[in-house]
Amino acid sequence: MDHSIYLDEARDPLIIAEGWMKDGKDVAVATVVETWGSAPRPVGSHLVIDAEGNFHGSVSGGCVEGAVVTEAIDVIASGKARMLEFGVADETAWQVGLSCGGRIKVYVERLG
Amino acid sequence: MDPYVLKTLNAERRARRAAMLVTDLGDGRDRIVREGDHVAGDLGTAIARAFRTGNSGSVEAEGRTFFLNAHLPRPRLVVIGAVHISQALAPMARIAGYPVEIVDPRTAFATADRFPDVALHAEWPEDVLQRSPLDSYTALAAVTHDPKIDDFALKAALDARCFYVGALGSRKTHAKRVERLLALGASADEIARIHAPIGLDIGAASPAEIAVAILAQTIHAFRSRGLDNKGVAA
Repeated sequence: MDHSIYLDEARDPLIIAEGWMKDGKDVAVATVVETWGSAPRPVGSHLVIDAEGNFHGSVSGGCVEGAVVTEAIDVIASGKARMLEFGVADETAWQVGLSCGGRIKVYVERLG
Repeated sequence: MDPYVLKTLNAERRARRAAMLVTDLGDGRDRIVREGDHVAGDLGTAIARAFRTGNSGSVEAEGRTFFLNAHLPRPRLVVIGAVHISQALAPMARIAGYPVEIVDPRTAFATADRFPDVALHAEWPEDVLQRSPLDSYTALAAVTHDPKIDDFALKAALDARCFYVGALGSRKTHAKRVERLLALGASADEIARIHAPIGLDIGAASPAEIAVAILAQTIHAFRSRGLDNKGVAA
């Protein structure tokens, strides 16, 4: 458990997103906006993605990040935000569902 | 997300100030609300609640859906005095989610042997607090009984609007302390924020029990932030 009271600048997704932006990269920010049942990351958690598919942070325990990165690359291209939903109730659950049995809603938006 | 909003949010987070990222999930527009900013209506009520609890979530207001992402600095506890109470308080507070720093210039008290795994400063509060200033997400408990060590830190905690300020000592001891703090330039209203005698009244007797009382009072102060002076209901 991390007991520091200061930001971990090297791992903080929003700090990394700002750095990427300064480097002139196109960036998307994904945010967990809702969870039901058992979810590994709390509401408010971030995953940040660049146009090459590099990412930092997490929105789940690694279960759906791959799918979010793919969607994020589309969002960067189109500039249109998307709301994604993952979980056992979802028909794609067998591919990218949450093995913990929970459901999450992830908002993906382009930076700028 | 607006790049300027992200830069502002990160600047607030780096400075250990609370900030709320408010995103309209309908059109994607976002803005930063700082703690204490006035926001009207149901949205304002929800924002005030999110600042207090630290819980992020969606809220329906004005016929729209907003996502409130609460970015609160991590609260911490600074203890002035490497005493028996502090030995119990440090591990308990850490488990409860409040990282602890202990300050005591008396090197016989402030030893790594007595305080394993704790951020310990065998220095005067004047020096430590200059390096690592107090803020409104810091609690301060002064437990040395020694005015030479406690008083400066208590005045600094009032100036920094620490969310909790507690001082060990009887009512009689505290009455003398009030006189000294007035002489240092603190106002009567500010001094009234000091919890003294320290700790919730649970009849604590042993040092470890007093530590529980201090920690409980710290948590209560943190979770009721803004309720005493702003009258925010939610």
